[in-house]
Amino acid sequence: MVGFKLISSVKLGIKSLLLHKLRSSLTMLGIIFGVCSVIAMLAIGEGASYEAQEAIKKLGSNNIIIRSLKPAEESRQSGNVGRTFLLDYGLKYSDGSRLASTIPGVARVLPMRIIRESVRFDQNEVPCQVIGTLPYYKEIVGVDILRGRFLTEMDELYQENVCVLTLGLASRLFPYQDPLKMSIKVGSSYYRVVGMVREKNTVEQRTQSGKLSGEPLDNNIYIPLSTSRSRFGEILTRMSAGSFQMEKIELHQITVQMKDTSAVEAADPQIRTLLKHFHTRNDYELIVPLELLRQARQTQRIFNIVLGSIAAISLLVGGIGIMNIMLATVTERTREIGVRRALGAKKRDITAQFLVETVVLSVGGGLVGVIIGVITPIAVTHLSGMKTIVTLSSVLLAFGISGAIGIIFGLYPANAAAQLDPIEALRHE
Amino acid sequence: MKMPEKQAPAPPKPANGSEAIIRIEGIDKTYVLSAENIVHALRGVHLSIDQGSYVAIMGPSGSGKSTMLNILGCLDRPTSGSYWLGGENVATMPDDELSEARGKKIGFIFQSYNLIAQLTVIENIQVPLFYQGVDLAASQGRCVELAKLVGLGDRMDHRPAQLSGGQQQRVAIARSLVNDPIMILADEPTGNLDSRTGTEVLEMIGQLNAHGKTIVLVTHDDKVAARAHRVIHMKDGLIDREVINRPVPHAPK
Ligand SMILES: Nc1ncnc2c1ncn2[C@@H]1O[C@H](COP(=O)(O)OP(=O)(O)OP(=O)(O)O)[C@@H](O)[C@H]1O
Ligand SMILES: [Mg+2]
Repeated sequence: MVGFKLISSVKLGIKSLLLHKLRSSLTMLGIIFGVCSVIAMLAIGEGASYEAQEAIKKLGSNNIIIRSLKPAEESRQSGNVGRTFLLDYGLKYSDGSRLASTIPGVARVLPMRIIRESVRFDQNEVPCQVIGTLPYYKEIVGVDILRGRFLTEMDELYQENVCVLTLGLASRLFPYQDPLKMSIKVGSSYYRVVGMVREKNTVEQRTQSGKLSGEPLDNNIYIPLSTSRSRFGEILTRMSAGSFQMEKIELHQITVQMKDTSAVEAADPQIRTLLKHFHTRNDYELIVPLELLRQARQTQRIFNIVLGSIAAISLLVGGIGIMNIMLATVTERTREIGVRRALGAKKRDITAQFLVETVVLSVGGGLVGVIIGVITPIAVTHLSGMKTIVTLSSVLLAFGISGAIGIIFGLYPANAAAQLDPIEALRHE
Repeated sequence: MKMPEKQAPAPPKPANGSEAIIRIEGIDKTYVLSAENIVHALRGVHLSIDQGSYVAIMGPSGSGKSTMLNILGCLDRPTSGSYWLGGENVATMPDDELSEARGKKIGFIFQSYNLIAQLTVIENIQVPLFYQGVDLAASQGRCVELAKLVGLGDRMDHRPAQLSGGQQQRVAIARSLVNDPIMILADEPTGNLDSRTGTEVLEMIGQLNAHGKTIVLVTHDDKVAARAHRVIHMKDGLIDREVINRPVPHAPK
């Protein structure tokens, strides 16, 4: 019986609303925009934060990355030889061994030399990054071996002139041949290609401080660390602004892999203290992905709160709009209320009737808002390539709020309608 | 609104052997507008109405006819006095029960028809049933029958705005019958109609009475009042005099 009455009430509510189509749709607009903006904004925010968090996760949440950094101009100690400067900075081999021996909870320490060069095969010359590193780079940074093998302990021990190429570089360098077992020339030495890999997390190499994205990077050559040291030496010469610049760098990067994430938190300040002790200048930077992740989540949380408040305000405005219209409707339909009361309607029947009408308005607006709110992020993704994620919870939240608004803002007008005196209402013109 | 101070005892026996379905005793209706401006719309009215009778109420403007009809229709409670409707004292009922009483026992016909604009003819007829919680689908047949009875069988899907005044009033008549009330109250039902359609509507009301419905009708028109069994003349909130046109036939019921 209650169900039947509710269905009839909803039908009646819709009928009454359809009597003033323009007014009803204008009233719904407030809720539509509110709900739509909640869903769309949350979807865009969620998408952006998801991408950032994914990028950070790829750095490895168990890792702490230390990079050599060219010190600021004034603090450079340069041996001035004519127009040539020698710049000695960055991480040392000793830093690596100190980290491994003094910081508790360290699983492995991975040193890396990263040198920009160009690689030649036949007529092809391709710019690349020559990464001198140890065999377990494979596990710490994560590479998929597609052909052949990765670097081995033996390669390291005998300073073998072997290299492993990333797929992109291999295809650029060898458009027609099979690169395996070929010899390529980097700098003045030849290296034999022993394998081809794809980096799982390409982002890693390009992450500059404060930036999480860069040019797509798929032009790495991996060679044994010992080979890098002996072939390239520790002094690297670079042409800059018409003068040669010589830099003495032992290691470009050290990735410290901790046993677990809790060790990361403890190690972060310890590593900073240790490095500060042995480096007089600020010639390195520390990247703690876990910390970045935490910050990203915090940012996301704040973003959600701000968004939520904006959405709440817009829905509130929508609700007030509905209430305003419903009050006008009650006045306009005073006569009808009187008639219904005369024909046997109780106060609560009148309350229910107007409440249902308000809820139909707000839930109807909510539904339309959900539809537009789900389509908008798709359109945004389509047009701008921005990642968006519509979460079920945001849809339910927005929809639920719109329903709640219908009830909250409908109660007052509905009650006002029910409290009308039947006789006065009947006499109303 | 002040509640009557004394709780009336059990329903009184009908005064004479006839079946009084309505009985009001010493009803006062006072409107306190301000301390020095108190309107006595009704001043101790006594009245009983027999089952199946056709009563017309007449009197000058402001004499309390509508006030009286509102109380009879359970739309309003008297300031004091008691009102027995079908064995219950309506004068002291709470609001919800008054609504219930209106929905079950009273049929209204208003001067200005008072149909609900957004509903069709048939839906308007159904409104009282809706508030009684009657299954509308099951009672559809009865409503159609009533629409046919008032000659609107071919207009059931029309809206009030698409009907003439006379047709609207006929819908109102059908609506007043749908809950099979004890009596039908009509406040100047022909006031807005021309004499020809007015006569048609009165014919219809007369027909209802002939089939046993009790009718109470307020009018300013002697010709309208002439159709009733009994004419009550009011003046200054009191019944001034009564005229019996013809006796109430024994209801065939
Ligand atoms: N809500 C109210 N507040 C104050 N006074 C009222 C109210 N309703 C009615 N009255 C007064 O009660 C008296 C009786 O009014 P009522 O409407 O019953 O007259 P009536 O006989 O129906 O008149 P008419 O023939 O003009 O319809 C009038 O003096 C009127 O001013
Ligand atoms: Mg009147």
